[in-house]
Amino acid sequence: MNTFTNKMNMKKTIISLSLVTVALASSFANAQGSNRDTITAVGSSTVYPFSTVVAERFGKNTDFKTPKIESTGTGGGMKLFCASNAINTPDLSNASRRMKKSEFDMCVKNGVTSITEVLVGYDGIVVANSNTSKQMNITRKELFLALAKDVPAQDGSKTLVANPYKLWSDINPALPANKIEVLGPPPTSGTRDAFAELVLEGGCKKFSWIKAIKKQNKAKYKEICHSVREDHAYIEAGENDNLIVQKLSANPKAFGIFGFSFLDQNSDKLQGSIIDGKAPTFDAIADGSYPVSRPLYFYVKNAHVNKVPGILEFLKEFTSEAAMGEEGYLTDKGLIPLGTEKLAKVRQDVLSLSPLVLN
Amino acid sequence: MTKISKNSTVDSTNTNSALSTTEKVSLSLKKRHRKEKRFKRIGLFSVLFGFLLVVTLIGDITSKALPAFHQHWVKLEVNYQASWLNIDESTAQSLSAKQMKTANYRNVLKKSLYQMFPEVSGRKDKRQLAKLFSSNAEFTLKDNLIAAPLLFDKQTQIWVRLDDDVDSYLKEEFPLGEAGLRISQKQAQWVAQLIASERIESRFNFSFFTASDSREPELAGIKGALMGTILTMFVTLLLSFPLGVAGALYLEEFAPKNRFTDFIEININNLAAVPSIVFGLLGLAVIINLFGLPRSAPLVGGIVLTLMTLPTIIIASRAAIKAVPPSIREAALGLGASKMQVTFSHVLPQAMPGIITGAIIGVAQALGETAPLLMIGMVAFIVDVPTSIVDSATVLPVQIFLWADSPERAFLAKTSAAILVLLSLLMVINLSATMLRSKFEKK
Repeated sequence: MNTFTNKMNMKKTIISLSLVTVALASSFANAQGSNRDTITAVGSSTVYPFSTVVAERFGKNTDFKTPKIESTGTGGGMKLFCASNAINTPDLSNASRRMKKSEFDMCVKNGVTSITEVLVGYDGIVVANSNTSKQMNITRKELFLALAKDVPAQDGSKTLVANPYKLWSDINPALPANKIEVLGPPPTSGTRDAFAELVLEGGCKKFSWIKAIKKQNKAKYKEICHSVREDHAYIEAGENDNLIVQKLSANPKAFGIFGFSFLDQNSDKLQGSIIDGKAPTFDAIADGSYPVSRPLYFYVKNAHVNKVPGILEFLKEFTSEAAMGEEGYLTDKGLIPLGTEKLAKVRQDVLSLSPLVLN
Repeated sequence: MTKISKNSTVDSTNTNSALSTTEKVSLSLKKRHRKEKRFKRIGLFSVLFGFLLVVTLIGDITSKALPAFHQHWVKLEVNYQASWLNIDESTAQSLSAKQMKTANYRNVLKKSLYQMFPEVSGRKDKRQLAKLFSSNAEFTLKDNLIAAPLLFDKQTQIWVRLDDDVDSYLKEEFPLGEAGLRISQKQAQWVAQLIASERIESRFNFSFFTASDSREPELAGIKGALMGTILTMFVTLLLSFPLGVAGALYLEEFAPKNRFTDFIEININNLAAVPSIVFGLLGLAVIINLFGLPRSAPLVGGIVLTLMTLPTIIIASRAAIKAVPPSIREAALGLGASKMQVTFSHVLPQAMPGIITGAIIGVAQALGETAPLLMIGMVAFIVDVPTSIVDSATVLPVQIFLWADSPERAFLAKTSAAILVLLSLLMVINLSATMLRSKFEKK
């Protein structure tokens, strides 16, 4: 009988304890919701390595709490960011491309009308292979021919055929006589979007008759220029760029597509291919001569600026010379800086919180 | 009986009927022994194969993780000169806390370095020199002065961390003074100079356990993620164990057997097979958006993981309760105990070992989850260590995922080290489960 009552009591305690926890927690949550003291950011995993560095230094240098940076992907971040002006929505959203008109409209519809755009810097996309084999010198047109799903027929007629190329040397005899084998990110990745836009479309445009399609049928043009072949010449290797780096050192004949910072960190194992005559170096990306680079952004919800402490100070730190400048600590992490004049302009716009207008 | 020759087995029905049971047995004995031996061998092979895999896995991870457990430090001659600190000398007697906090330590660090390496000149070289030391060095100087204000305007020796690139360079044992990965010839010579004057020391990396996430590999630690995991698992266990056991007891002992309970049973089994990311979506839609609980909190993570663990616990608990012999129930009922008394004082204690096993399997699953946590904002860079279940937090598997995705090479070792910590946490949980189980079995 005694053990029975004991057991009953134990049970009761456990159940009531858990109820109390939930009740307590929700009251905490309400208290916290109305008065947040940590800046929260969501968005692109490409901008994540940069904004986290700033956040960490900001937390150490000031009395504000260290901002919380979530890695949700650009599109996912925009959805959260544009949900409303409520205090429990994020203050900042990182993006590895510019905000789309549709996303801006979604924001406006939900009452988020005043947004400040911050151009952070540039990120290069590289095609790289193991440095035990030869460095490749290739053009964007050749890359398009190697990786697109359908390519112009070899006889010169204006028709598309399923990509017939098996070896690099089939495209241009100067290229190595190896099987085309490229490891790259899956379609969900922002890097893949940028690669399709900058490299494939860049090469695709070189065929004047395909370029002419753009005017008549934009969707068809995009389909031709952005589709990647599906016959195992392009291998989707997942979102993890480190994985691609490992696979490249194991297979010297394969090439990989990833962000410049990974090439920078693994320069002992890998080499970037020369594209359109330019090697992917820090300087070539910074001055814009390397053709495959994209801008990185983040967006600020102006309605939160005076509600969450530290946002203005955080923006100041982010756009400072010590962070985003030519020799700032973000460049140590692989960010390609804007250049002095452009940075000054960005800083001025950002600190005055001039709202974004997209047409 | 005649001797059995091989030929006699041709007409098997006849021969068999003519044989006694003992002879039939002895006839097949060899074959059956062989079968048994073969099976034993296959079994042993599978066990050894599994063991080999585990040993390879742990061996590989451990060898990769080892560099993360020690860290190179360097002894610097630091001069807290008032002018370098940007503090007026006359205030030395009454140095205020605010003055010490806002002083220019970056400048002190740089000037002290130039003093140690007087031959370094030129902007580019000076930058390269400063890059040898962790970006945290200026904060180390700051903490040091605040802890010992008497050092103001004096020269002293302070140990600071080396940058992760230099740390990796030293760990990979390049020939001294030669350029290495991400280390230039000049930098390598400065490092060699520091080693020659016995200023560099390798220490056990305590900060891996006492610091939380950082973007600098030499500073990053797992304390934040570990605390997040503990808080999340606390919530999960607190919610899923009582709920799961109560559900299982009700379904097994009290519920009438009808279509409704059948329906519930089928759905519990279905729930166990739902991909975990779906629970994350539910958590986002209901727990965060509808109930307004904070994003990234262990509370929300715990609730989502409870949904995932609950079916596992209920199914295991029901099996354990079913396995309690009916005679025990009948005996108790026969002595006049009520259904409630029978359940809690006889059935439950008997079933406890099985229930605990189920709970541990469920929690172990939850311990390794990242997918559902992505949706509720726990895949994030969080520096402050969480102290309550509503603080922003991340968990160990998420930390592993984030580090594995970082470009800095030194994070590779950190990733493996964090995996080791996760595995040891799992072992601790399993061990405590085994101990709990044997304690209940004794009763």
